[in-house]
Amino acid sequence: MTQTPDDRNPAAEPHLRWIGRNAPRVEDGVLLRGGAIFLDDIDAPDALEATFVRSPVAHGLIRAIDMSAARALPGVHGVYAFADLRAILTGDRIPLALPAGGLRFDVDPPCLAIDEVCYVGEPVVLVAATSRRIAEDAAALVVLDIEPLPAVVDPAEGLAEGAPKARLDTPDNLVAHTKVDYGDVEGAFAGAAHVIEAEFRLNKGGGHPMEPRGVLARYDAMEERLTVWNSTQMPHRAKAMLVASLGLSEHQVRVATPEVGGGFGTKAVFHPEELAIPAAAMLLRRPLKWVEDRFESFTASIGERDQIWTVAAAFEADGRLRGIRGRLRYDHGAATPYGIALPFNAATNLIGPYVLPAYRVLIDLCMTNKTPAAPTRGAGRPQGTFVMERLLDRAALDLHIARDEIRRRNMITPAQMPYTIPVKQRDGSMMVYDSGDYPECQRRALEAAGWDDFPERQAQARREGRRIGLGLANYVEATGRGPFESVGISIGPSGKVVVTSGATAQGQGVKTMLAQVVGDVLGLEPASIHVIVGDTSATAAGLGAYASRQAVTAGNAAHAAATLLVKKAREATAALLETSVDDLEIHNGVIQVKGVPGHGRSLTQIARALAGTPGFALPGNLAPGLSASNDFMTSGLSYTNGCHLAEVEVDPDTGGVKLNRYVVVHDCGRMINPMMVEGQILGGVVHGIGMTLFEWMRYDSEGQPLTVTFADYLLPTSDVVPRIEIHHLESPTPLNPLGVKGAAESGTIGAPATIVSGVEDALRDLDIRIDKLPITPAELRRLIRAARAAPPSPGSAP
Amino acid sequence: MKAPAFKYHAPRSVAEAVALMGSLDNARVLAGGQSLMPMMNLRVAAPDHLVDLGRIAELARIEADDEGLWIGAMTSQRAVERSDVVAQACPLLAEAIAHVGHQQTRNRGTVGGSLCHLDPGAELPVVASALDAELEIAGPGGLRRLKFHDFAADYLTSTLAADEILVRLRAPRQAAREGSAFLEFNRRPADFAIVSVATRLRLDGAGAIVSAAIAVGGASFKPLRLGEIEAALVGKAPDEATLAQAGEAAAATPCDGDELYPADYRQDLLGTLVRRALTRAALRAGAQTHV
Repeated sequence: MTQTPDDRNPAAEPHLRWIGRNAPRVEDGVLLRGGAIFLDDIDAPDALEATFVRSPVAHGLIRAIDMSAARALPGVHGVYAFADLRAILTGDRIPLALPAGGLRFDVDPPCLAIDEVCYVGEPVVLVAATSRRIAEDAAALVVLDIEPLPAVVDPAEGLAEGAPKARLDTPDNLVAHTKVDYGDVEGAFAGAAHVIEAEFRLNKGGGHPMEPRGVLARYDAMEERLTVWNSTQMPHRAKAMLVASLGLSEHQVRVATPEVGGGFGTKAVFHPEELAIPAAAMLLRRPLKWVEDRFESFTASIGERDQIWTVAAAFEADGRLRGIRGRLRYDHGAATPYGIALPFNAATNLIGPYVLPAYRVLIDLCMTNKTPAAPTRGAGRPQGTFVMERLLDRAALDLHIARDEIRRRNMITPAQMPYTIPVKQRDGSMMVYDSGDYPECQRRALEAAGWDDFPERQAQARREGRRIGLGLANYVEATGRGPFESVGISIGPSGKVVVTSGATAQGQGVKTMLAQVVGDVLGLEPASIHVIVGDTSATAAGLGAYASRQAVTAGNAAHAAATLLVKKAREATAALLETSVDDLEIHNGVIQVKGVPGHGRSLTQIARALAGTPGFALPGNLAPGLSASNDFMTSGLSYTNGCHLAEVEVDPDTGGVKLNRYVVVHDCGRMINPMMVEGQILGGVVHGIGMTLFEWMRYDSEGQPLTVTFADYLLPTSDVVPRIEIHHLESPTPLNPLGVKGAAESGTIGAPATIVSGVEDALRDLDIRIDKLPITPAELRRLIRAARAAPPSPGSAP
Repeated sequence: MKAPAFKYHAPRSVAEAVALMGSLDNARVLAGGQSLMPMMNLRVAAPDHLVDLGRIAELARIEADDEGLWIGAMTSQRAVERSDVVAQACPLLAEAIAHVGHQQTRNRGTVGGSLCHLDPGAELPVVASALDAELEIAGPGGLRRLKFHDFAADYLTSTLAADEILVRLRAPRQAAREGSAFLEFNRRPADFAIVSVATRLRLDGAGAIVSAAIAVGGASFKPLRLGEIEAALVGKAPDEATLAQAGEAAAATPCDGDELYPADYRQDLLGTLVRRALTRAALRAGAQTHV
């Protein structure tokens, strides 16, 4: 059962309160009726449809491209290679580079391959035709003459001496080298009572939104305006890329998002097609639409890849951590579309809710001939958390300390908050945990999952021939990344409240979240508030969806803007009623004299008064219009945390793993809408289950992707996902007025460590150690067979 | 991706369908479309003509007689799943059909489509093998009958001629003191099997095995019958040791493998599933011995 600590009864309060309530989502009506307009649903008369000829090899030099047969096919309107688009581009490459200290060089991609192809799926030729089918017929007629080059597939091999280069235009494959380094690491190991060494190879896959990416571009030659509908998480960044790449000014480019069917990071990065389609539409003088198909989604959309961790951890005899050192090698793919956030997140999130006195990890990012890597939900953090939690489980076993106890002994306590870790973040600030009660979070999770009597249940199951295990993991997540998000609110003479924001929506319920916050301040039903997000023509500045940030940034901006709007409404009302501002309050959308219901002005009346009447003064000589805006600037990252427990069942004869039960205790500060928070946690956990047991983007030794359909790349389906129980703590962050923290990725972060802890627990007597993600049944069965064939280790149970 | 252009034909009789298949170049039969349509959309298959059997009512019937069932090739998998006649006369098929894809795909997917597509991970060919099923095939010269094992030819390939269509499947009625079991292992319940096993055991009055059938999928491009293991079981009581021995013997079956599911893993899995399926079949046959 779900417990929500803040289940307020609105009737108990005179003013309609919305923050903290499970308000129905304002998005759902149109979605459930099937009336929502996604990118492919946009009615664009006269639009052509595009497809891409993509590199069939992981690495090669383009010697020639023969497009003549494709151009001759009836129904084809344009076939473009890079040289054909170059005339209207300001440069060869899309200026994607994000500043990152450790980058040795930037590899900005072109919108179509210029002369070198660096991954299977890289777009080379764009074909525009009257239908997608004809475009694909034509694409099959394009002849690519590519001279194959050696491919870099494995990051460890790519970083080795004498490895071939993944790109000929870079000095070597080491695209970035950085580190996290603090404390006396040498001393920590010199004085250690116990040292654990391990190597982990952790795969994480793509975001795989139900709706793949898509772009529809329309260029109005008369107005010289480019309108781009883009299924993106970051329309303002997309606009900036188009302005820079096409040499247009800001007023000429609008990027708008229709309904977006999921993003999970995939749609945060600006991809080459997002420039190629608008550029081709400008050349064609026709609207042009491209909707990514699933094959393209696997080969052309960013995803996460392998992290190879070589680590050692130094412990006191009582299980307290003295230090961790190691190396992280990361498969970065063939370009740098998003800096080095991903492995840096992995390295810093390793620390988790624990006191780690000394830590040094050297991070090497290897260019490979794979689709560029960038964060998907969790953004590297599940892997870092996995490493720490596995080290703790192994130390617990070696030192004969219970798994929960070794965590308790290492945990940062509430008294230590705010807790500073001497690691510099992307924005230059130190890493500071703002709030949270980690020991209590774990205590509640253990209680909810029945930790104490689990050994008894485990023994009983064993007698029945079933092997069950209980896994445990704790984690934190830095949420609410800045620098800002914008919200504007305006009420015109119609009385309709319109909220605009640079936040973007991919299904999370951003509109509901904003409407609830604004409705809370104005005392209005969220459903009565109209929210516009993801449109650069509605909001001048914005950043969008990434880093579990929008409730923190846009939520607080909405709160501040609504508060400002009420202030102005009170000032106007004070002038209209010739009373003092201090005597007025807002009550259910009406500014009224305190305690005198009915004596006041509705927001609609105030909006009409502030709209101005020709020749008459505005009330109180206020500036015209009932509107307010705020750019909420973050002052630091707010840390969400959680504890997961999973009961797993292992069939030792097949290697099959089944999840029987899953418990989450979650703390994301104050919750605006607990139901939507739980939706995020559930989805996050399911992504984490996928990463642990199912999803694996595989390539062969030539860099050919092996998993390009959902028949080969396994997503967790409803029949393999257990019931997930969610409980909440609410430790409000002091970093923003609402006290909220992000919740969008958190669920993913704890799942791999938790499930693997459970699998190892179910196989404890066999002393199985799982060092790779995902766990496949064949690999687990191999480990079990090897363990059974080996002589029993001393001290292990029969 | 979008399928290349093709012509669609909807014959109303078997004869008309056979005539179309005989006269059209590069034509494919469309049954439920649950494999063919994705293959066309991926441009792995590019027929110029699709001959849809969906409007030939006589192909979608389930009929029973004393010896067994006739199941029309266009019978939906869901119809088989919901059929009391099938559950009663052929519990092996009833048990296996629930493993075929999802309910949504079973609504469209057909028995004949799955048999003709012959995916190595598919359930129905393994069941057909274990049942020694016969297939009735229509061609220009009329009807002919074929044992399933003469029908499955190669990877995704049957011995059907270009101008032939599968009409119906003959499944024998389960005998008295016979038990069957279908087991498969996969990552998610609706997936194609990594390894699947269909078994039948018939016991005599004394509880000894009179006949055994063990068909396995996932080991090779087409279902295999483990004839030697079947023969070795005859005359023995289906006790734990005997069935374990059969499992061990099954684990020696040469298997194809790939990177994800190597041959030795499939062999190992085969041993486990054969042992478990035989145990279940023996209990269902009324074995009294402790198994």
